[in-house]
Amino acid sequence: MSGDRDPGLQPERTRLAWRRTTLSGTVAAVLGMKAALHGGASAPAIAACVACGGLWLGFLVLAHQRIRVLASTTAPPALHPRRATAAALCTVALAVCAAALVI
Amino acid sequence: MSEFVRNVRLWFAPEGVRQEGVTPDYRFSLANERTFLAWLRTALALIGGGFAVDQFLPDLRWGWRVGLALALLAAGVLCSLRAVNHWVRCERAMRRGEDLPVSRFPALLGVVVAVVAVAMVVVVLVGWEG
Repeated sequence: MSGDRDPGLQPERTRLAWRRTTLSGTVAAVLGMKAALHGGASAPAIAACVACGGLWLGFLVLAHQRIRVLASTTAPPALHPRRATAAALCTVALAVCAAALVI
Repeated sequence: MSEFVRNVRLWFAPEGVRQEGVTPDYRFSLANERTFLAWLRTALALIGGGFAVDQFLPDLRWGWRVGLALALLAAGVLCSLRAVNHWVRCERAMRRGEDLPVSRFPALLGVVVAVVAVAMVVVVLVGWEG
């Protein structure tokens, strides 16, 4: 299988792109948790913190499943639109969480 | 607008994308996927910037701080929604063998980021003097 490897390393590059994106998500989620717990550990603050953590975990699972598919074959199938939508909605939900914290 | 609604329907009914045209070379699909992820990272960076404005500029007046943070967060939301939409449109164009869709979104986002950056500089300078 590794004999007819793509010389452009497209699956590997895509895999690393998912990793980079997860890392960016981690930074955003950590900033969110810090913002949530800034004013003390009240019930809404903890809820916001848990929401940020949950969204981060959701994105991590989405990314990891895709990374596994990309790593398993040399000509992986295209990204499923539902996964793309879910990943984008995780990002949107993080922004909504942030807006709630800012106001 | 109806085009946009049809695209949104495709986000949630992915079978629609796969019924059209022929499956393109997997490398083109992967390149499209990486572009999508790059836009998602941009969105996450904007959201992180929103959090950072709120957290690390505590001396600003409430209105400015919240305004700047919300502008960055709104840009992040737009950016991520547009990322999926553009990905779906590119995927469909490739399947049908059409030209890839053009977009003025990058230019718009560039202008918005520039305006926010200038506002930030002004606000920080004024904030320090006052």
